[in-house]
Amino acid sequence: MSTTTAPAPGASQEDLARLDEHWGERPSIRSWFSTVDHKRIGRRYLVTASLFFVLAGISALAMRTQLARPESNLLSPQEYNQLFTMHGTAMIFLFSTPMLFGFGNYLVPLMIGSRDMAFPKLNALGYWVFLFAGLFMWASLPFGAAPNAGWFAYVPLTDDVNTPGLHMDVYALGLLFLGIATTAGSINFIVTALKLRAPGMSLNRVPLFVWAIVVTAFMVIFALPALNLDNAMLFLDRRFDTHFFDPDAAGNVLLWQHLFWIFGHPDVYIIVMPALGIVSAVLPAFTRRGVVGYVLVVLAIVSIAIISFGVWVHHMFATGLPHLSYSFFSAASTVITIPSGIQIFAWLATMVLGRLVVRVPLLFLIGFIVTFVLGGFTGAMFALTAFDQQVTDSYFVVAHFHYVLIGGAVFPILAAIYYWLPKITGRMYHEGLGRWAFALVFTGMQVTFFPMHLYGLFGMPRRVYTYRSEPGWDVWNLVSTIGSYVLAAGLLLVLIGVVHAIRRGRPAPPDPWGGDTLEWATDSPPKPYNFPVLPQVHSLHPTWDEASRASMGDDATADRTLTDGRRTLLTSELDGRRERVVEMPEASLQPLLLALALLVFFTALLFAWYPVALAALLAGAVTIAVWLWPPRRPEEELGVVS
Amino acid sequence: MNETRDPAYARRRRPVRHAVAAATLAGALPLAACAGDSPSALNPAGAGAIRIAGLWWVLFWISMAVFAEVMALLVWALVFRRRHDTRVRHGQPLRFVAVAGAGVPLVILVVVYALGLRDLAALGAAPGRDAPTVEVTGHKWWWEVRVPGVDGATANELHIPVGERVRVRLRTADVLHSFWVPQLMPKTDLIAGEVRETWLHAERPGRYRGQCAEYCGTQHAHMAFQVVAEPRPQFEAWLARLGSPARQPQTDAERRGQQAFVQGTCAGCHAIRGTGADARVGPDLSDVGSRWSIGAGAVPNDAGHLGGWIANPQTVKPGSYMPPQPVDAERLPDLIAYLRSLT
Amino acid sequence: MRAPDLAAATTTEALTTELPVGRSTGWWGMVMFVATEATLFSCLLGSYFYLRFQHGGEWPPGGIEQPKLLRPLVMTAILLPSSLPMIWAERGIRRGRRWRLRIGLAATLLLGASFLALQGTEYDELLHEFTITTNAYGSLFFVITGFHGLHVLVGLAMVSWLLAASLRGGSFGARRHDRVRNAAIYWHFVDLVWAAILFTIYLSPRL
Repeated sequence: MSTTTAPAPGASQEDLARLDEHWGERPSIRSWFSTVDHKRIGRRYLVTASLFFVLAGISALAMRTQLARPESNLLSPQEYNQLFTMHGTAMIFLFSTPMLFGFGNYLVPLMIGSRDMAFPKLNALGYWVFLFAGLFMWASLPFGAAPNAGWFAYVPLTDDVNTPGLHMDVYALGLLFLGIATTAGSINFIVTALKLRAPGMSLNRVPLFVWAIVVTAFMVIFALPALNLDNAMLFLDRRFDTHFFDPDAAGNVLLWQHLFWIFGHPDVYIIVMPALGIVSAVLPAFTRRGVVGYVLVVLAIVSIAIISFGVWVHHMFATGLPHLSYSFFSAASTVITIPSGIQIFAWLATMVLGRLVVRVPLLFLIGFIVTFVLGGFTGAMFALTAFDQQVTDSYFVVAHFHYVLIGGAVFPILAAIYYWLPKITGRMYHEGLGRWAFALVFTGMQVTFFPMHLYGLFGMPRRVYTYRSEPGWDVWNLVSTIGSYVLAAGLLLVLIGVVHAIRRGRPAPPDPWGGDTLEWATDSPPKPYNFPVLPQVHSLHPTWDEASRASMGDDATADRTLTDGRRTLLTSELDGRRERVVEMPEASLQPLLLALALLVFFTALLFAWYPVALAALLAGAVTIAVWLWPPRRPEEELGVVS
Repeated sequence: MNETRDPAYARRRRPVRHAVAAATLAGALPLAACAGDSPSALNPAGAGAIRIAGLWWVLFWISMAVFAEVMALLVWALVFRRRHDTRVRHGQPLRFVAVAGAGVPLVILVVVYALGLRDLAALGAAPGRDAPTVEVTGHKWWWEVRVPGVDGATANELHIPVGERVRVRLRTADVLHSFWVPQLMPKTDLIAGEVRETWLHAERPGRYRGQCAEYCGTQHAHMAFQVVAEPRPQFEAWLARLGSPARQPQTDAERRGQQAFVQGTCAGCHAIRGTGADARVGPDLSDVGSRWSIGAGAVPNDAGHLGGWIANPQTVKPGSYMPPQPVDAERLPDLIAYLRSLT
Repeated sequence: MRAPDLAAATTTEALTTELPVGRSTGWWGMVMFVATEATLFSCLLGSYFYLRFQHGGEWPPGGIEQPKLLRPLVMTAILLPSSLPMIWAERGIRRGRRWRLRIGLAATLLLGASFLALQGTEYDELLHEFTITTNAYGSLFFVITGFHGLHVLVGLAMVSWLLAASLRGGSFGARRHDRVRNAAIYWHFVDLVWAAILFTIYLSPRL
């Protein structure tokens, strides 16, 4: 594989020194807490989300061990029910989205040729809130007070009569808390991608990964409020005796389900979409050409996002709604498979036309295609109401969504880890170790989850802490459990590979793969200011095109070097025309303070210390007021007439 | 186990079809698991489930065909497109992507959607006005079974006449549950504050396992039931039993047991028709001796398990609403004898 | 543009001011925030209609009287026009007229506060008839109007904050007024949502 040399520096030593002075952060405890560098924040997202993944994975192993044989007493039902709820909740909310947002955080500014995100302090706030919300939820587990009614928390099981105790308060408040981080991150991604792209990066030159992240962010903007409202109403019903979900007082239990799935189905794509973006980002380097049908893939991404808001009722096909509405939602759910089909065949065509370079990231992409396609088939089956009614809430659906989510999100994430590890850490991973990890993860995944299709069809419902031997599910369950240990061993090997790379890996060149996007046109790992000279983009594959590369080298100009201050460029939303230079904020402790105030607020709500909650809210408001307080400027600069 | 084996029950399995299912799905994995009482949706015994099994096989073979196509492209790329001298082609075969990724799937999906609608309509067709009706109420964690016009109840077991469509009216006393008999009929959820309807049909006699499919709390795992499909006369006999007082105690032990039941804590929650015990907190026990299990599928219904259950249900079904019973050691055998005599 | 102007306009100093060339990141951020908030209110009002139509029968349920119209109409007549001084203030500061900013913000503050005061008197009366715990209608009524009231309060906090910054001086002018514009977007949004609430809560039960 050819490795390119570092781009010829277009900035003088003097320029670099000044950039360092404005952007560099001396390692100190204060800088650790106050940093607003998107790369440090992105790395933290990745590490924290991985930690939650390990916790949720250990929960899954405990469950699989319990289910290895019938009538096992390893776990009590109360323990099992908390574990499966935390497994689902954490994998969906605390691992998938934050992990992909972590990659987005690290990569979006690099891919679009910017020096940071649009709102670096908001970005830091997002991370702290995510961390605190995750700890808030996991902390309940050792006290036996973890959420225990499934990740979709149907009422009336979750009301204060049927689930007393803090369990579901932790769930509702934890997700509301986390929602702040997800919303803030999404707004940041959208604005960053709209305004901070390098000059010349018109919409048709935006990398597919950035498209995927931005479309995902839009989905979050419009989907998350439904979940937030749902959880707020649940908390009010539990704590303050409102009756939103109480059928005896004009409430309705299905309101919860509608709102939950109006969020929940888009959320499936919120998880999978950035991962599909990873596939489109990784594939060019290992096929030596761009992804076939750029415009088709973009259209597919956008149409999935739109259609995904019209399919939520397929999660409620067994609730006995009118058949007319079932026919409509069944049609919409059927249609949504088509844009995914377009993407799959675009990638296949890319592989067939290109030259395959078989390295670990490509192996995971192949694993992704095999697994995700199988999950897609069962997904299309679930679109058919009649079939859905037979297999929903059985192990068949457990098999289905693990094929979609492990195939569609975890495999691309693993590909991304190997692909961008050299960029993020500046070290190469060990290829042999990576291949073993792939073999184990892929085998373990199939052995664990394929049999679930079978015992689902054989009548085993999901979310049972044990089962009897008579129905004949034991052998298959044992196979699944063995598979889960193989899968865990594979994932452990991934972790070992990463640690090995960081400690022993050979230094990575700026562009070890011959990638096409801008992150490969700067150092590994990048300097705090990302690019000494912001690029002028001339094509969809700037790192493969001479003019774009030269814009950072020989053709560098002072108005793209911007050495006096923490500065980056704003460009126009559609065609990436240069607009103006903006000043970026310095490191600050305010994001951490605000996140702490919110942590106190939600903890106080949980324990019903309402005066403390009010005080925390006021403290948060004051922090925001100070954060946004305008600096005093001379009147001439402001332009004041009178 | 007290389960009476209907001879038809033993015959009804179709090992061949089941083996095809398992073998095509999972290669050469052992088929041992298909034996036993597997409530498999691929071994359907009623009009509803037979339709869905048919739909499944159509979907399955279509999926396999498309999967073969995808695998062929992948393997082709992996075999022929990785040599170092492979020339990268820079074409944009948009037509291929559109046809293979959208056109062909669209045609397949339209056909499949039509099949799905047909089956949805078939499942939705309500049984005739004079079809027998059974009312099922979900409780945490057992099923209450009643028949309109009949003053009596049973639990975790409902009878239907073979070859007839039976309307099932579903309610819940607490949280959401889901009524699922894989071999007979797909799921219908029990919605708090609403009444839902489904129907059951079995084309051959037998005992069909059903289980709650919507997570409903601590003991969701033990909320199973059986549908007993039997010829019309037996079904009518069941109806008659349901409406009449429970069997009177015959032996001294049984009489002492009945006394212990009525005067002890049992009657605070349970009913036995004709004894004056008519509480409706827990299941009606008028025919408890004939039921297929104790605790909605938690343990088999035999003397040993019954004794253990009465003494402390929390060791058998932790979290269940029945507290440990302070029954004297010498009274317990009487109580067991009485309850087992209630058939 | 004459040549000397062009030269002056392209010096680094000129380029680094926040002269309104294209939309700012703050503008986009606020628009996205408002979009997600608007979705939240849509879900809330959608829940109102969902519960109403699923309930069927008499609405409001449980013998609660139809909401009275006079006061909410007065509140509307106060809140909707409160956007006008805001617009006037924002246009003023765009031309560097700081007095217009200060007077406009003060007027908006006054109108918004009157709205909240009226809402307080309404609550005071209604709470004798029904509360948040009476039934789902009570929950919807107080949560929807209360949540909106909270938004008005946040909007008022923003306006006061702008006013304080403006009174200090050295904050806003023709070249720097992003914060004013963003707060104004939020305020207009809070106004518009009230129109939707007026229709849903007060008018729709009479339809």
